[in-house]
Amino acid sequence: MSLLELAGVRAAYNGITVLHGVDLSVAAGQVVALLGPNGAGKTTVLKVASGVHPPSGGRLLLGGRDATGIRPGDLARAGVCLVPEGRGVFPNLSVRDNLLMMTFTGRTREEIEESAYARFPVLGRRRTQHAGTLSGGEQQMLALARGLATDPAVLLLDELSMGLAPLVVAELYERVAGIARQGVAVLVVEQFATAVLKIADHAAVLVRGRVQWQGHPDSSLHAELSSYYLGSAT
Amino acid sequence: MDQFLAFTVVGLSTAAIYAVIGSGLVLTHTTAGVFNFAHGAAGMLAAFAYWQLAVGWRWPVPLALAAVLLVLAPAFGLLVERVLMRPVQALGEAERLVMTVALLTGCIALARWVWDPNTARPLTPFFADRPALRLGPAAVTWHQAVTTAVAVAVAAGLWFLLHRTRAGTEMRACVDDRALAGLTGADPLRAGRLAWVLGIQLAAVGGILIAPAVALDAQQLSLLIVSAYTAAVFGRLRSLPFTFLGAVVVGLLEAYLAGYLPQNDYLPGLRLAAPALLLLLALLAFPHRRLRGRDRRLVPVPLPGRRGALILAAAIPGLALVLVTVLAEDSLVPYGTVFALGVVALSYVPLAGFAGQVSLCQMSIAGIGAVVWGHLGAHGEPWALPAAVLVAAAVGALVAVPALRLSGIYLALGTTAFAVILDRWIFTLPAFDVLGVRIALFDQGSVTVTGPDLFGLHLTSPAQLLLLAAVCLGLASLGVVALRRGRFGRRLIALRDSEAAYATLGGRLLGAKVAVFALSAGIAGLGGALYGMQLQTVTADQFNLVAGLPLFLIAVIAGLGSVGAGLFTGVAFVVPTQLLGELGTWAQDLSALLIALAGMGLAHSPSGVITRLRAEWAPPARDRLLLGAAGVVLAGCWLLAALDAVNGWLLLAVALVAATAPRIRAAARRQGTVETPPEWWGVRRPWRPEDGEVLSRATAAG
Repeated sequence: MSLLELAGVRAAYNGITVLHGVDLSVAAGQVVALLGPNGAGKTTVLKVASGVHPPSGGRLLLGGRDATGIRPGDLARAGVCLVPEGRGVFPNLSVRDNLLMMTFTGRTREEIEESAYARFPVLGRRRTQHAGTLSGGEQQMLALARGLATDPAVLLLDELSMGLAPLVVAELYERVAGIARQGVAVLVVEQFATAVLKIADHAAVLVRGRVQWQGHPDSSLHAELSSYYLGSAT
Repeated sequence: MDQFLAFTVVGLSTAAIYAVIGSGLVLTHTTAGVFNFAHGAAGMLAAFAYWQLAVGWRWPVPLALAAVLLVLAPAFGLLVERVLMRPVQALGEAERLVMTVALLTGCIALARWVWDPNTARPLTPFFADRPALRLGPAAVTWHQAVTTAVAVAVAAGLWFLLHRTRAGTEMRACVDDRALAGLTGADPLRAGRLAWVLGIQLAAVGGILIAPAVALDAQQLSLLIVSAYTAAVFGRLRSLPFTFLGAVVVGLLEAYLAGYLPQNDYLPGLRLAAPALLLLLALLAFPHRRLRGRDRRLVPVPLPGRRGALILAAAIPGLALVLVTVLAEDSLVPYGTVFALGVVALSYVPLAGFAGQVSLCQMSIAGIGAVVWGHLGAHGEPWALPAAVLVAAAVGALVAVPALRLSGIYLALGTTAFAVILDRWIFTLPAFDVLGVRIALFDQGSVTVTGPDLFGLHLTSPAQLLLLAAVCLGLASLGVVALRRGRFGRRLIALRDSEAAYATLGGRLLGAKVAVFALSAGIAGLGGALYGMQLQTVTADQFNLVAGLPLFLIAVIAGLGSVGAGLFTGVAFVVPTQLLGELGTWAQDLSALLIALAGMGLAHSPSGVITRLRAEWAPPARDRLLLGAAGVVLAGCWLLAALDAVNGWLLLAVALVAATAPRIRAAARRQGTVETPPEWWGVRRPWRPEDGEVLSRATAAG
């Protein structure tokens, strides 16, 4: 059964529609990669799924129940965790205080810090440093650690690879695969497909607000992708 | 030695008050993301309210304290958050800063309105009936002891709140990234409310503690806070222990200067200006920038067209001509300041609008222009006017050098400090000699200013000076348009958008900043000289920090990027005050309050009222017939008024109706047409040049 489901989701900014009915579902333990060129609406899909942007049509289902229009804070309590695009950290807060922000799920500060530092030891060494002074990769680790600290049921990752070295990206995605194996539903948005397709069970290609292709990430996807990215598709 | 100890005790108890107020500033800055210029003013209102309850209505002291601190202050905090701060939350730091300036002017106006400034309102210190405590040779009054205890308790409590509780972390997180904070279960609205309630409560504590030590005066109490600014800057606006240290430094410095500074004509002002000097030094010594989150938006700078600029430049002397023919002789002087103050306001446009440098000392620089003209042009020598402009420009260039290290609110604070140093020290100096040159400022009183000799004419009557000011404003506006359209204007905007990018593209930061500061100071100096001519005598008070704040506020509301901001500010600053003034003296403070309330409108049109008015007036301006008809009616009104045939108020009403009729008609017409959905732009209606921008903004805004 799918844990997260978007059914015919439409979304608009200032009256301009960017999603024209998106259907997408992610089951527990599954990694779904959402790919597509610039401006396709990938980030908007995540914003709708995390409740940050209310959809103008369609429904958001969580574990089969309607979750459309629920506030982001409440969705987060229900187990939906968004790691936003590029440096999703509070720059003027220390690493510890960034982690403290996750105590809303009922776990104590100590538990959260312990699990985060176990996953990413470098964060433990920098616990009193302002998050804005960390390197890009460390900030991304902090964002990920903060998301994982709450044991989410659904993990939404936006452009995890942005601005990071390929080695770091590969390592981060290895960890994401490990998290999915524990039964978490993971939806990953990426523009650079190679890294994420190594771990994805399912892939969808979003073009101009519509899902143009979805299925198992095999060689046919690469042909599809290059046609969308390089512009030969209509 | 005993004397030294006594000064130390006095200094430390003042330091305790500064520590309370400074901690409040740090709290508001870290939890609400804004440097609250009105922090002292909120404390001042609290002190007045406390006086009203405890002395005016004879409530018992504990009850009055509880009412102010637990009911009135939180209610005021909630009001400020809801009405002033929440609407501008999505805008930049500069806009939030402007709202606190609006709050500052509003609080002062409100206090003057409610509590007559000419009545003395003594407040007794706390536990005044108990004998002082002896600490060795020094005596500590109970008030001083209570103040110190409160300061320590506040500092400890705040530190715990900010660094050890989730509520404190939530408030700080919301300043960094509201959307992300929402994702982590925080409620940004609740955090904002809590931040403002606590901030205003702390301001109230500080106000009530400091009020017995000084006179209960709205402006003085509001500006005492400059010392607390210094303390907060020592703490880089985020560290409470360093704020405490800063407060001790400032408090002791003030006490020792009061005790040991030799008495002569030149130095008493230095004692008053010492906190501001220290503020300037602290700003330069402890540079700090908030690590930037993702919340940052820049307001676009409109590009004025040649035709529009010529129309504006012609309309200004046109308006002056109408005023000269319509107004009675005695109201020409107050209305004449429209154009002179308009020139001062225009100086904000290149500096703050194009280059993004928020300066709050333009009025002080205008004062320098007025004084230089008053002394050098005492017999109307025409060369003295360029000299006044040049001296003002030189002072502006001087301000620019420290400004190189400062930006945003730190620059606003630095220029505030500069204005306060001028107000409290430089402007109060008697004439002195530097390298054989005799420098006279306000001569500890007032300076007589006369009109210039131009083309063989000695301009002295109010009407002549009004026309001169209008011509100057028109020419200066044209000059600023040329600047905006030229290479230097583009460079300034690049500088505002990103200093780093500007420098990497080969721009010289120092050169550009000095040039724009000097240029705008020159404009302000010209404005000051013209203002002085209108008033005929000038005093330092007319050019102090508080006098300049409403002007800045209106210029921001008008839209700093628009060249029309000069004229708009002059009109909006002078005309409502004059019209309301005819109703009675009580209405004058009301008009000051109105200016502050207008700041709230900023949230609805962040790029300024002028841009909005332009958009609303563009369609009716194309309707030649209607425009012609309105023009004929207006011309008729003018003729009748010039002949003094009909009542002035009636004519004003008719003129206003005639002027707004085309816009109302155009708005009604537009309502009739159905808005085309974006998908059909270019198909069902022609593609407009701005459509591409609208679309890309809408889709990239998320």
